[in-house]
Amino acid sequence: MEGNKMKVVTGLKEIIKPENLAYHRSEVLVDNTLSYCPGCGHGTVHRILAELIEELGLQEKTIGVSPVGCSVLLYHYLDVDIQQAAHGRAPAVATAIKRLLPDRFVFTYQGDGDLAAIGTSETIHACNRGENILIIFVNNGIYGMTGGQMAPTTIPGMKSSTSPLGRDVRTMGNHLKMTDIVATLDGTYFVTRQSVHTPANVRRTKKAMRKAIEYQKLNRGTCFIEIVSNCPSGWKMTPVESNKWMEANMFPYYPLGDLKVPAEEKEKQQKSNNND
Amino acid sequence: MEKELRLMKGNEAIAEAAIRAGADGYFSYPITPQSEILEYLMEANPFERTGMVVLQAESEIAAINMVYGGAGCGKKVMTSSSSPGISLKQEGISYIAGAELPCLIVNVARGGPGLGTIQPAQSDYFQSVKGGGHGDYHLIVLAPASVQEMADFVELGFDLAFKYRNPVLILSDGAIGQMMEKVYLKPQKQRSTELLEWATTGKGKREERNIITSLDLDPDGQEDFNHRLQAKYAEIQKNEVRYEEFQCDDADYLLVAYGTSARVCQKSVQIAREHGIKAGLLRPITLFPFPSVRIKELGERVKGILSVEMSCGQMVEDVMLAVGCKVPVKHFGRMGGIVTTPDEVVEQLKTIFSGGK
Repeated sequence: MEGNKMKVVTGLKEIIKPENLAYHRSEVLVDNTLSYCPGCGHGTVHRILAELIEELGLQEKTIGVSPVGCSVLLYHYLDVDIQQAAHGRAPAVATAIKRLLPDRFVFTYQGDGDLAAIGTSETIHACNRGENILIIFVNNGIYGMTGGQMAPTTIPGMKSSTSPLGRDVRTMGNHLKMTDIVATLDGTYFVTRQSVHTPANVRRTKKAMRKAIEYQKLNRGTCFIEIVSNCPSGWKMTPVESNKWMEANMFPYYPLGDLKVPAEEKEKQQKSNNND
Repeated sequence: MEKELRLMKGNEAIAEAAIRAGADGYFSYPITPQSEILEYLMEANPFERTGMVVLQAESEIAAINMVYGGAGCGKKVMTSSSSPGISLKQEGISYIAGAELPCLIVNVARGGPGLGTIQPAQSDYFQSVKGGGHGDYHLIVLAPASVQEMADFVELGFDLAFKYRNPVLILSDGAIGQMMEKVYLKPQKQRSTELLEWATTGKGKREERNIITSLDLDPDGQEDFNHRLQAKYAEIQKNEVRYEEFQCDDADYLLVAYGTSARVCQKSVQIAREHGIKAGLLRPITLFPFPSVRIKELGERVKGILSVEMSCGQMVEDVMLAVGCKVPVKHFGRMGGIVTTPDEVVEQLKTIFSGGK
């Protein structure tokens, strides 16, 4: 036994070398146990954000804003300065932070209940003024933290604790596509909808978020990233089921992809297409 | 910019004083009778002069949350509004008090409830001094009675806000906001570029990240925090009581009034004395902390106290609490935007305290 164990450890040591490492926990992630449910997308989005803050050397200059919702404790997990804001108000809070400290990287991290219901006004007006901030919008179609109530983003027919028979659009209204709305505003610079349920989507989200963070230096307006995500607890599904359900049911209402690409970016893409 | 004598509206004086006090940001939404503050600042364009940010928000709610964000960065930030707008800000004010952030809020009050009237009133006293939002908290409340004090209390307000890391409210009203008086404006102060150790300014080289929050889910932690807040308020009560006395030394009858009502009552004291009634006036300058100790002392010497407010009687409760049942305490006030006249007050003094000739 003793000999075997030694052998295994020696073997691992041979493998664990800096040049072989494909992944390490970002220094910007605090070693606290996440309060999120197993299989929830928030942890992945946190990781992407932390990695980018580290990779772009922004830890010293970042100020985040997390309002009420599942991600209210964001400051437990990211090792950057963070303000916890009132429900829905993060874009207003971030507006003042960025105006008063214009050389800092400022982001909000909001859920769909927060951003698309109680914070609709703050969201639309911050985007319309073209506040030079990044809004990260995690949309799982439900109020997660309070126990799975219907949100403005809940899709037609979807069951929740306050639409137990399914969302009836005749009496409960339609799902609200905030990302589509903000894409129409002159103040937004880059608007995209992504997901983090597969490794490929994680990579795409990271690429989009990297762009959004870098765009902030240009001072051209609001960058807005929606991440369509799952809520296994709220949806009463296993993580695997919830991801399948999301693909089959959420994506038709919230199709992934860029909704607004900066003009410079478009030209670049066209050029590379022509060259192809 | 040097010290300067100008003829200004109370609202304009606040705006100019904010620039000169080295404020970093002003965020607000238009509402009568205080829109001149925002208009003045937009025209003055202090961003060019000092770097001060002025932003017209989409709502009172957004404005107070902008104040939260700026205050969380340790910046000198303020907002202003009038009664219905101040009601909208209460959620944000509670968060600011709970996160222990310094800021300045100005209420150029009007009559209510509801949409009420655009005329001056003092019916927001309870909301101002008892904590208008949820939770156990207090604002430091300053009550100017002149255009000069509108200007002076901006800097005083910021100083107190940062000294105690607590929101400060200037409780004015439409009369003082709109009337013009001469005002000495202080020279321009430089905006501070200092990064405060507790503020979210980016982690920089700090060992620990800074977090601005009012959340603590642990009951023991939340209770401890509340004890700490109460200790801070006790400290404020000990150190920051401000009031002014007018002919109180030999007074048989004491008027207690703040702001516009105090201006009226000063005249009432003169008229009463011409009628042979020895009246005096105590004018609270801070409504929280309230000058309870001084009112108690005076209460032991006088025959009666009349609390005069443009409301149906709010501050009178604090006067009663201060004096106990030792001496009759009565209220007189007009409402709905009507400013009490000096003669009315003297009439009340005579009627209420019969024998007070």
